[in-house]
Amino acid sequence: MSIGKSIPHDAAPLHVTGQARYTDDIPLPGDALHLAFGLSTCAHGAITAMDLSAVRAAPGVVAVYAHGDWHEMPDCSPSLGDEPLLATGEVHFLGQPVFLVVADSHLAARKAARLGKISYDERPALLTVEAALAANSRFEQGPVIWSRGDAAAAIAAAPHVIEADFDVGGQEHFYLEGQIAAALPQEGGDMVIYASTQHPTEIQHKVAHALHLPMSAVRVETRRMGGGFGGKESQGNHLAIACAMAAHDLGRPCKMRYDRDDDMVITGKRHDLKIRYRAGFDTTGRILGVEFQHLLRCGWAQDLSLPVADRAMLHADNAYFLENVRIESHRLRTHTQSNTAYRGFGGPQGVVGIERVVDHVAHVLKLDPVTVRRRNFYAEMAEGVAGASTAEGRLSAPHGAPGTPPEDIFKQVRMGGIRAENPGTGHRYGGPHSPKALVQTTHYGMPVEDFILRALLDDLEASSDYTARRAEIARWNAGSPILKRGIALTPVKFGISFTLTWLNQAGALVHVYQDGSIRLNHGGTEMGQGLFLKVAQVAASVFGVDVSAVKITATDTAKVPNTSATAASSGSDLNGMAAQAACLTIRGRIADFLAEKHGVAAESVRFEDGVVKVAGEAFAFAQVAAWAYQARISLSATGFYATPKIRWDRVKGQGRPFLYFAYGAAVTEVVIDTLTGENRILRTDILHDTGSSLNPAIDIGQVEGAYVQGAGWLTTEELVWDGKGRLMTHAPSTYKIPACSDRPEVFNVALWNRANREDSVGKSKAVGEPPFMLGISALMALSDAVAACGDGSVYPALDAPATAERVLWAVQRQRGHV
Amino acid sequence: MTDLAFLLNGTPVRLTGVDPTRTLLQYLREDRHLTGTKEGCNEGDCGACTVIVSDETGSRALNSCILFLPQLHGKSVRSIEGISGPEGQMHPVQQAMVDCHGSQCGFCTPGFIASMAVGHLQGRHDHDVVLAGNLCRCTGYAPIIRAAEAAALQPVPDWMRDDPDFICSKISSGDISAGDGGQTAPGDAGPQSIASPAIASPAIAPNAYRPETADQLAAWYAANPDATLVAGATDVGLWVTKQLRPLPKLAFLNGIRDLQRIETTGDVIRIGAGVTLTDLRAAMTGPHPALAEMLTRYASEQVRNAATIGGNIANGSPIGDGPPALIALGARLHLRRGDARREIALEDFFIEYRKQDRLPGEFVEAVTIPASAPGLRVWKLSKRFDQDISAVLGAFNIEVAGDRIAGGRITRARIAFGGMAGIPKRASAMEAALEGQPFTEASFRAAKAAAAQDFQPMSDMRASAAYRLEAAGNLALRYFHEASGDVVSVLGMRA
Repeated sequence: MSIGKSIPHDAAPLHVTGQARYTDDIPLPGDALHLAFGLSTCAHGAITAMDLSAVRAAPGVVAVYAHGDWHEMPDCSPSLGDEPLLATGEVHFLGQPVFLVVADSHLAARKAARLGKISYDERPALLTVEAALAANSRFEQGPVIWSRGDAAAAIAAAPHVIEADFDVGGQEHFYLEGQIAAALPQEGGDMVIYASTQHPTEIQHKVAHALHLPMSAVRVETRRMGGGFGGKESQGNHLAIACAMAAHDLGRPCKMRYDRDDDMVITGKRHDLKIRYRAGFDTTGRILGVEFQHLLRCGWAQDLSLPVADRAMLHADNAYFLENVRIESHRLRTHTQSNTAYRGFGGPQGVVGIERVVDHVAHVLKLDPVTVRRRNFYAEMAEGVAGASTAEGRLSAPHGAPGTPPEDIFKQVRMGGIRAENPGTGHRYGGPHSPKALVQTTHYGMPVEDFILRALLDDLEASSDYTARRAEIARWNAGSPILKRGIALTPVKFGISFTLTWLNQAGALVHVYQDGSIRLNHGGTEMGQGLFLKVAQVAASVFGVDVSAVKITATDTAKVPNTSATAASSGSDLNGMAAQAACLTIRGRIADFLAEKHGVAAESVRFEDGVVKVAGEAFAFAQVAAWAYQARISLSATGFYATPKIRWDRVKGQGRPFLYFAYGAAVTEVVIDTLTGENRILRTDILHDTGSSLNPAIDIGQVEGAYVQGAGWLTTEELVWDGKGRLMTHAPSTYKIPACSDRPEVFNVALWNRANREDSVGKSKAVGEPPFMLGISALMALSDAVAACGDGSVYPALDAPATAERVLWAVQRQRGHV
Repeated sequence: MTDLAFLLNGTPVRLTGVDPTRTLLQYLREDRHLTGTKEGCNEGDCGACTVIVSDETGSRALNSCILFLPQLHGKSVRSIEGISGPEGQMHPVQQAMVDCHGSQCGFCTPGFIASMAVGHLQGRHDHDVVLAGNLCRCTGYAPIIRAAEAAALQPVPDWMRDDPDFICSKISSGDISAGDGGQTAPGDAGPQSIASPAIASPAIAPNAYRPETADQLAAWYAANPDATLVAGATDVGLWVTKQLRPLPKLAFLNGIRDLQRIETTGDVIRIGAGVTLTDLRAAMTGPHPALAEMLTRYASEQVRNAATIGGNIANGSPIGDGPPALIALGARLHLRRGDARREIALEDFFIEYRKQDRLPGEFVEAVTIPASAPGLRVWKLSKRFDQDISAVLGAFNIEVAGDRIAGGRITRARIAFGGMAGIPKRASAMEAALEGQPFTEASFRAAKAAAAQDFQPMSDMRASAAYRLEAAGNLALRYFHEASGDVVSVLGMRA
């Protein structure tokens, strides 16, 4: 079994020797051309004149395109059709592509692109959510509002009420490999595209649309990306379409890659937002009612903003049962880059809101925030209810007493927030002997059937020595006038599935060759997350061979059609299942063939340890493959998977959008300098739920990386625009992602490693996004350290990112000088 | 006539007629199709393009995206393709990165491998310092550090031991076999043209000059005052790669050995303008540990390996990290034009934003500082600790008569800041507030209050004006508290 093994990334030997081939490394024919965009220098305005003569005259320039040079302007939008490849008369953000240069080298194209002379009739630009809200500049007609219970009444009746707002900054993806695509014209007008994209089918679709070709005439291939993080879900469309248009016109291969500064100026980022909240709570810290207002800066085009904003609403509860809740989401249109998918896809923005509320509640009540978190957790599943998994012994509970419901669970039943599942009604997780199970539902009506955070926190608090360290830090702070330390534990519960239900499908194509080698193809893309290896491990396990027998190949729209983006952490869930199905089909044919040959039942044929065992004999898999070939057995199959159980009505905000939840928690300790606001993470302990991990080493890598990226989002990664809408932080010299020494020096990461109760591939859970939100513990630890500077009367109210400057001002608020 | 020659992965390369601002990265990827070295940012800030460059002074990691080909003359370059053994054996850092799961997307990995291989060669254990200039967005760095630690236990492979004499002889003797498989580049002059005198010739191209002595530079620059001087190219490189600025006439200074010396005479340390920040940092650990400590946070290993103190000064940036510290030390600047030399106080060199007291054809030859300044403290405030540009850099050189905390009196204060004005600037009001005063918190509070007389800083993407002023003043308080025994730096904290 290769499943569950910590096998190194399949491409690691290629990575470390420089042999791993990225899109820019693919040799192109010698007549290939290179593209660059000329960019808008104005955030909002009408183009009144455009003189591109110097561009055309520049050395090496082969062609220049602008509005009017094509019969119609291709669209690059993944959603609304509101993103022309080049500005059509009006510009909507500073950095918008206005013209396209085709030259004989990358450098020649870049140089020429600086020579355009464009005049604008400048118009007022809406740069902030406040300005957009005031101007009612938004996507959709009005705010989206989902609610349960009566939050306003509950708050009004509550013993304590808090009300505040805070800003949460966006985040540049900073994939190390910038956006890039190449187009190679084929006979008959067909087009082949190489692209660094999480979504080859979307590129295929948009290129076909631009060229007025059927999708069957466009093939997109993606071997790997040098990082994606959501930034290559839709933002690569422009480059591929530009290359395809130029290649089509000029009959020559065309390649386009953004220089880093162009990449940061042109492409969208994580949605920044303002969160307004009002919460009522009792003296124990239980939240009785809470209202959120999300003001999201979507940028100039719709892109993926609606589902991003939806997911923020879906995660406004994080791990907490909110009886009375109202979430109002404003998707605001501004004259800035069109914000897009970024790891967590709005989830982190939703989670940071409720974690902030919990932190604030704890501060008011002078309680350990962990106490408040536990008081508000969803009910743990009664032991018998976790039937399917318990039967396997993988979810049996060595941790505390997961069957014990919270003390006030019966009150929740009365309040109508709990759904009672009767045994014997055919519900698949209510075994015949299970007690009556009480399942709380989220604010959008999904039962939380798999809540494990109490037990997980028990483990993490013990392994991290949380309670003792918290006390020790308080003592240390009392004797340290300049530096203060802080500690925080935050949990995450993250829903797994695309909320656009139809995206939850995947296909795979598997060939077994007559020498026993296996070629694997599926719809997922590799961006470093180890997806290809995980799926290969699944395939190898089906055939009982070593993973090295499985050839991992580039994603190719000609092999598996109609794929979904590799996004929403779904890659291995979907593609692993599809590949497994394809492998099982082939294995079944081989087993039938051998069973007939040997006169035994097909079920008795075993595929393990690199051999096939039948009727007391063992044959090498390669030998069996050769026999099957000679017996004219088809050794190629497709596989398909569609996620079961899910249904979602996004208008009502009701349903079961997710197959399951992934959980985790982190304890972060920080230190701040009260004179300068400088701050560091000193130690982080994480316990994260990946179900039965397909590859623990890969999963731990995802958790470590996600945590550091999440902490970066909330600490040093500050995007700054000037008053004209110009992004001032457009390169790594000014935009600071975590560097090596920013990782926690003590960094303990462990996996919960208990089976997913849902029928996922190998009982594993998705891992790409959920641990990103563990970085929120860094922000809350900073809040704790800042609070240590005061007398408890002033809540730290840290905005994010909590740069040294923001920390210093928060310290000064504690000390009464604002 | 060969313009420049270097070894690339052990094989001599001779180039003629190259554009002197062509970068090594462009050459590797576009001309040689050695695509293992990656472009991440094209400005020396991410390290994806890191390569190893060796010469008789040793091996160092450099960012190939802002390294111009003429800077390589006479050196040996290893790209990622040249780090594995001759039979394809993995280098210990490569094997450790595989074993420790140190690569995810893999795009930053070749640059990490190059930095790690240099660290491994040098026996380094300060991995965070070695790798500060390599950004990874996937792993969170933990497995990379595990790999660096694991590899450190393995010996340096034989093939990594570049013998400097061997490098020089191999380049200058022309001892290569003709047609050594696929190594001939466009513009390659061919082995038959190689001869030692040609290599030694300082002319690279009609518009580029590569002097080997300060005298050569002085004579040429006096005659060509419109030329751009390129020392480490860590800033000029961006003029080319980002601003796309044409540089019609250039002199490359990294071959001038006599500008690369650090000499201590009596109580004065003379630092040649061509001394790299790496060498300066090493030399300062004894006499000025506070300066050395700050220099550890000066950009990154790759940048410090290229950048020179002369370039840092002559560039005139208000946010260069060297000048404020040197001003606080009372540094004297030595300028030269032709055979004429003059010496000025370093702070007088900086007149206003991007305007210095430097005549056409005049260049920085050296800077001198006192050999001792026990009261020196230098602190850098930036958004990120490593590989960042200062929001504020404060340098305090305070002399006290008597015991610092027990009734001592401040006899002299030299304080300078970067990031607080259009130039690196002394804080004369803060100095005046301290001089003659007792070494007490009250005195330092008075100095903090005086900061507003010295500075009216600006707001930008690094910090607001208010933060700069507040934090600059607070650094004075940090000085007092540190002397009083309080823990004042988060960098000194451990969990």
